[in-house]
Amino acid sequence: MNVERIRQDFPILTQTIRGKPLVFLDSAASAQKPRAVIDAMVHAMDTQYANIHRGLHWMSERTTEAYESTRDAVAALMNARDRSEIIFTRNSTEALNLMAHSYGRGVMKRGQAVLISGMEHHSNIVPWQLLRDAHGIELRVAPITDSGELDMAAYEALLEDGKVGLVAITHMSNVLGSIVPAERVVRIAHEHGAKVLFDGSQAIVHRKVDVQALDCDFYAWTGHKLYGPTGIGVLWGRRELLERMPPFLGGGDMISSVTYEQSTWAAVPHKFEAGTPAILEGIGLKAAIDYVQAIGYDVMAAHEAALTEHALARLAKVPGLRVLGQAQDRGGVISFALDKAHAHDVATLLDRQGIAVRAGHHCAEPLMHRFNLDSTARASFGIYTTHDEVDALADGLTRVREFFA
Amino acid sequence: MTQTDGFDDLRDLYQEVILDHGRRPRFATRLQAFDATAKGDNPMCGDRVQVWVKFDNDAIGRVGFEARGCAISIASADLMAETVQGRDKTDTRALFEAFRQMARTGSCPACDDALAEPIERLTPLAGVHEYPSRVKCATLPWHALIAALDGAKEASSE
Repeated sequence: MNVERIRQDFPILTQTIRGKPLVFLDSAASAQKPRAVIDAMVHAMDTQYANIHRGLHWMSERTTEAYESTRDAVAALMNARDRSEIIFTRNSTEALNLMAHSYGRGVMKRGQAVLISGMEHHSNIVPWQLLRDAHGIELRVAPITDSGELDMAAYEALLEDGKVGLVAITHMSNVLGSIVPAERVVRIAHEHGAKVLFDGSQAIVHRKVDVQALDCDFYAWTGHKLYGPTGIGVLWGRRELLERMPPFLGGGDMISSVTYEQSTWAAVPHKFEAGTPAILEGIGLKAAIDYVQAIGYDVMAAHEAALTEHALARLAKVPGLRVLGQAQDRGGVISFALDKAHAHDVATLLDRQGIAVRAGHHCAEPLMHRFNLDSTARASFGIYTTHDEVDALADGLTRVREFFA
Repeated sequence: MTQTDGFDDLRDLYQEVILDHGRRPRFATRLQAFDATAKGDNPMCGDRVQVWVKFDNDAIGRVGFEARGCAISIASADLMAETVQGRDKTDTRALFEAFRQMARTGSCPACDDALAEPIERLTPLAGVHEYPSRVKCATLPWHALIAALDGAKEASSE
């Protein structure tokens, strides 16, 4: 893969920050956008923009076609059996809330349990707490090991009593970079009668996701981390399960007919898509998927593995630096703490050197507490990240350490 | 203070006085005898501070604090404790308003002569205005102090 060639596709990367070249290492929070995505959205506004699924005029027909072609692209990306299994949401958070509402309240029964892991983002914790409190669903947490991997024995033990109706678990940790053994997670869950929902917000950026090969039941992700726009996310679900679920939000587009006495619902996926959707963002997402597919997941994964290996080797040489998690299978997300400096000071002092990292609890407070920390700094890589940028990070951190010594 | 150690690009926000007070705070202690205490909590970043105040008639006799957070929040708490010592409550509130303006904008044009001296002591923190997300780091201990003066247990968020 020619990274320099790829960097030319991302207009923002030529910026300088405080007179220094931008070193953007915060792609796990949100990735930068290639020219193709920007152009697709601008082109739609310039030439054909109208509301979709309702107009009988030329503009609406063209825009509907463009928006719906994204559904085909997503179905192909995830190897879904049917395009109707693709539901568009605002983001992963909304997809997970849709699941807690429509599957949790609509399909699960009181006394059943939801099982999450000890390395979830708040968006895969809080919706289940709301469900627990409103609907009498137990919430269980499968612990992780000191190396930051799912404790498989504990995971299986929590499924033993057969009460778990749904396993809702990250496919890849946004803090540790750990990738869970998804096929095993699904097999064990199914043996105990539980369905599996993956939060794939991070994983889909780093790994080819084939929902039929994984054999999972639901999979959520968001467009803006996959080089697409904000405001558009995806929930994939098995059609027979989606059909059993009541709607999430009510409104236009999601109905079959409405009277004051009662309404009937549109077929999936539209049953779950109330209101005017993020039309331009949907069109932008198609461009992002095309872009990623043209590069290829194998190529992206190899680039990222090389970068991550290089980064771990360089960071190991920074005095007083501790990396959280040593998972065997991991993606290009690395959280770390410096002994002499607080994570926020680290992030600000890196920013002075033109290096953008995230600092804080990364919306994963329980995981921070698991490692006895309040916050960490986090570097995360994208397809445009170079080895030189990783070196700049390591050198910058060494300076920060000396500055605070 | 050396300005030629290769860290000039880092030092405009993290001046020596901030590093020094962040590393070796003088007032980071829980007062055994106190008249008021309050906590401040910044849920966005996990910074926490508790402030204890001992009055000396109408004036602030002594302030002690315990803080968990970044160098800026600890240095700010320490400089605050040093600066408010001996001031009455009205002065302290006025100083807080002036400091808050400086943290947000980088300067305090409205600061009159009475505030000029204490504000000067807090000036090393003015650089946070460049980082809106870090302003709260500098003002959190002040919010806790004002809450203690108000008789509240927790600082209300900005």
